[in-house]
Formats: sequence, structure tokens, C-alpha cells
Amino acid sequence: MIGSLGFVLGTTLMYATPLIYASLGGVISERSGVINIGLEGLLAFGAFAGATVGYYTGNPWLGFIAGGVGSGLIGLIHAISSVTFHGDQVVSGIAINFIGPGLAIFLSRKFFSGAAMTIPVEYKIPKFLPGVFPKYSFLDNLLNQDWTTVIAILCAVVMWFILYKTVLGLRILSVGENPEAADTLGISVRKIRYSCVIMSGVLAGLGGASMSLAVASNFFPTLISGHGFIALAAMIFGQWKPHGALGACLIFGLAQALVIFLGSTSISISSELLSMMPYILTLVILLGFVSSANAPAADGQPYEKE
Amino acid sequence: MSKKKSTLTIILFSVLIGFLAGGIILKLAGYRPLETYLVMLKGIFGSPKFMSYSILKATPLILTGLSVMFAFRTGLFNIGAEGQFIVGAITAAMLGYYLHLPYVIHPLVILLIATFVGGLWGGLAGFFKARFGVNEVISTIMLNWVAFYLSNFVVTIESFVKRINVSYSIQPTASIRILGEWKTSDAGRAWLMEHPVLFDMFKSQVNVGVIIAILAVVISGFILNKTTLGYSLKAVGYNKYAAEFGGIDVKRNMFTSMFIAGSISGLAGGIQVLGISHNLSTLAAMEGFGFDGIAVALMGANTPIGCLLSGLFFGALKYGGSKIQTPPINAPSETVNIMVGIIVLFISMPKLIDVLKKSIAARKKVK
Repeated sequence: MIGSLGFVLGTTLMYATPLIYASLGGVISERSGVINIGLEGLLAFGAFAGATVGYYTGNPWLGFIAGGVGSGLIGLIHAISSVTFHGDQVVSGIAINFIGPGLAIFLSRKFFSGAAMTIPVEYKIPKFLPGVFPKYSFLDNLLNQDWTTVIAILCAVVMWFILYKTVLGLRILSVGENPEAADTLGISVRKIRYSCVIMSGVLAGLGGASMSLAVASNFFPTLISGHGFIALAAMIFGQWKPHGALGACLIFGLAQALVIFLGSTSISISSELLSMMPYILTLVILLGFVSSANAPAADGQPYEKE
Repeated sequence: MSKKKSTLTIILFSVLIGFLAGGIILKLAGYRPLETYLVMLKGIFGSPKFMSYSILKATPLILTGLSVMFAFRTGLFNIGAEGQFIVGAITAAMLGYYLHLPYVIHPLVILLIATFVGGLWGGLAGFFKARFGVNEVISTIMLNWVAFYLSNFVVTIESFVKRINVSYSIQPTASIRILGEWKTSDAGRAWLMEHPVLFDMFKSQVNVGVIIAILAVVISGFILNKTTLGYSLKAVGYNKYAAEFGGIDVKRNMFTSMFIAGSISGLAGGIQVLGISHNLSTLAAMEGFGFDGIAVALMGANTPIGCLLSGLFFGALKYGGSKIQTPPINAPSETVNIMVGIIVLFISMPKLIDVLKKSIAARKKVK
């Protein structure tokens, strides 16, 4: 029983990890007032960049960083469109969702002689506490996660601290709520928004790389299929807060883990019907409370200096 | 009028940039852009068969584009076209197999029901938003996945599955292909041999789908521009509060709008099954008809006729793009997605185009 619980919780964390990175990326961008619907594309490109650099250097950490840098650059495109040219942020995000995966598969074919998938890396991201607890014990299942999982949770904590406990955080929040007022106080709306959108790309890219370097060991076109949209939903579900997004991703991971767990037991429910549960569950929870009220006030609005 | 003109300029300019940027990316990656584009172009217009395939590729995109456009016009974002498409496809595949009706009536009944079911799937998101304040972006994303797994579940039902991962095909009476069985009969072959253009064209799954899509374009244009319903829907899209003050039932409008949007996507799914696939198979990942529809709506400037043109454009590019993957070009077909992404990106920033125009004008003055 306790072993099963460990399995479920461990799987929860594994599934939640890429979602946590991406939805934190969503949080940081939207708190500064820039809608980022392009998380899916950013995840895909990060997954590709991570797997490719991981393969060629033989170092998963370099791959992980490359995932962040790569998608950070794609995020820069979104920033240029949204901040400098006051573009429609939703439209620009959709463009990112075409460019990111398109470029990822394009380059994959270039680097891996025509194949849409990269060659599996030799070294994946290492585990957090290997061999500390007996194999398959409760603590091993729960705590011996990929390092990327640990870093994801750390990122959530750090972002919470920055947003709510530092001057920088206050500036970001004020730019997202009332850019005119922030500008009057001498805060550069442009700088804050640029940094936040690029950071959003970096985080989503790390999430993608955590997918291709820790959960799987290579990039392929269906590796990222809808994770970005789930992360987007988790961000809204979590009320645009880092801890809320973290919680929402964990709920989502838990639902996935339960599907896998129930599928492995003798309970005979169709796995397809089981797989629907996380999504139905999310809908039901959403129906329970109104969620649209807490978006940052200036989310989606370009700021033009008078 | 001038606004329409400037929108058109922005879109044409963006398309131009899309091709230029695609060319630059191809060049940087070591391919020959001009030849690649030539192969793409030949792959679209090179023969009656190619053109017919391009139209077949475009048909679902025109419809999902229309669906997304309809919701956009009323201030809602329908990311759920994908799921609405899927439930339409499920409906068509099942009714096509289990239901027994005469020719013509069979597909008509199926498409009506598929349209309705798609409408319900979309309407559900509208209802959640109106009644519970749930953001339609999240609810449609969730409903997409429910539809996705529902489709895969249906392909496991014992009386419906033909072999693993593939369902039985629809009855011949349900098909909307033109010259369906006749074209492979002796008489059909003989006749087609005498008409080489048609012979070539009918190598593809030519069906009435595109005609239905054009009808849908006309009808949505009519609803949006010529009816009270369309007026009130657009009023909500422009300004929810003003509309409410003016006596329009905003909540009811949310449902209606999402219902119509969903029904168009459901119809698209139905057409795809009755015209092209004739059955369901297990999906490994989302097929992307709904997501492509978002790009179609945007490239079509959120107008019905625009969706028709941009749907044809995207569909043709997708088909032509599949041709560059083979020798002698060997370029990735994903070039097309990158190009479409860049086009959408530039459409998102009309201001950049203004800046460019002004700088060109300024340069001319200097000269």
C-alpha cells in the first residue's frame, strides 16, 4: 500500500515537472502584462535544443541549459512583437506555436540526417538521491527524482520569493497591473517586459529539455503534444501565481499518475476513459470557482508611452 | 473601407515576408530556396490531381478557420476547434457504419448530426463561461483532450473495431466522394480514360466537401453581416458592457457563438470522415486541424471570405510542402509551418509594417 502511494506520488512529480517550468514561464510573462500562449512552441523548441546539445556534447546539463537558451531566443521574438511593436500578443503567441515546433523538426532533420527525431542521449539528467534509499521503497519512489524535478520546485520557490518579497517583484507586478503608474515612478516597462518574456522562454525551454533529457532521452515530434496548453491552463487555474501554478501542475500530475497506477492494477477500466479523467477533473474543479477575475489588470495590453 | 485596405496590405506584406524568411532559413540550412519553392509550386499546380489534393487538404482548414473566426468575431477564443472536429469525426464514423440509410440521405443526416454534436461540444465551453465564468481557453483545451481520448476509446469498442487501432469503414451509402465506386468499375474506367484531366483528378478522393465548405463560408458571412443575431454577436465582441447596456443578453450570446463555432468544426470532422478517411484510427497525437484553423482565421483577417482564401493557401502549401521532402530537394516539409508562423507573427504587429512603410517613404523623399 505504502509502496503504491510512493509510486503514485513519484509519478506525479515526474509528470508535473515539464508543466511546472512552462506554467511558471507563463506566470512570469503574464504578471508583467504579456500574454504568452506560445508555451507549447517554446517547450518543443527547448526539448529539441536540449536533446541535440545533450547528444553532441554527451553532457545532459549543457543540453538542459541549451534548452533554456534556445527557447529564450524564441521568447525574444515574442518580446519584440509584443513590447516593441505593440503587437497582438495572442496572435504572436500562436505564431510561436508554429515557429517553435516547426524550427525544432526542421533543425532535427538537418542535424540527424533527415530524421524528425534526435538520437537518444547517452547520459540522461541524473537522479537526485541515487542509492540513498532501498530501491522501490516509499522514500526512494518519492524523493529519488530527476534533478530537473528538484530544480523545477526550486524555481517555483524562487519566483514566489522574487515576486512577493523583492523590489524587482514589486516592479514586475506593478508593470502588469498598471504600466502607466509604473512608468510614472520611473520603472522601465519595456525592460521589465522584455526580461520577463525572455525569462518565460527560458523557463519553458528548460521544461522542454527536462522532457527530452530526463523523462524521455530524445526529442521526437509527438514528445510535446499539448503540454504547453495544459501548462497554460494550470497557470490560469493557479490564478497567475507561482505557488498556484505549482499546485495546479501537481494536481494535473497526480491525475496522470492515478491513470497509470489504476491501469497497472486489476481494476478493468478502459485506459482511454481513464486518460480522460485529468481533463474532466480539471473542468469540474474549475466549475466550482470563478477563475477569470484574477488576471493581471494590464495582461495583454501593449503599453505605449504618450 | 480604408481599414479593410490596410488589413489586406498587412496580410499580403506578411505573406511576402513569410516566403522571404522561409527562403533565408532554407538558404542558411544549406538548401536551395528557389528550387524548393519551384518544386512546391509544381507540387500544387503541376497536375489536376495535385490541385485536387490541395483542395482536399484545404477543405477542413477552411472550416476550422471559419469556426475560430466566428468565435473571434464575438470576442471568444476557440482553441477547441480541434476537439469539436474530433467529435464530429467520431459521430460521422459511427453513424456511417451503424446507420443504414439510402444514398444522399445517409450523408446528409450524418453531417447534420455531426454539425450538431460539434455545436454541443463548443456550446459546452460557451455554457461554462456564461454560467460559471470559466475561461473558454482552459475549458476548450480540456475538452480537446476529452474528445481525443473519446475518439481513441471508440476505436476499442468491440463491434466497431475492424483490426487493432482501426475502425470499420462507413457504409458506401454514407460516402460523399464523387464517383465513389463507379470510378473503379469497368464503365467508369473506360469513361475516365477518355477524359485524361478528369482521370488524373479523380485519382484523389474528390468529394463534395469543398462545396459544403464554400456554402458554410457564405452562410457564416450572411449570419455575421446580415442578421440581427450576427449584429448582436459582433456587438458583444466589440464591447461586452456596451452590448449588455444596449439590452443584448451577453451570456446567451456566448453560448450561441460557441455553439455555431463548434458546429462548423464538427461539420469539418464529419466531412473529413465521409469524404477522405472513411474510418477512425487511434490517434497518437492531435492532428492539428483545429490549431491550423487558428492560423487560417488570422491570415484570413477574421472574415469568412478571408478564411476561404487563407484555408486554400495553407492547404495548398501543406500539400506542396510535402513534395520538397523527397530528392532532389530533400528539404524539411516543416518549412511550411515555419513560414506560416512567420506570416502570423507579422500579422500580429501591424505597427512594424507601418514603420517599414514610413521608412521606405522617407527614403524616397530623400532621393
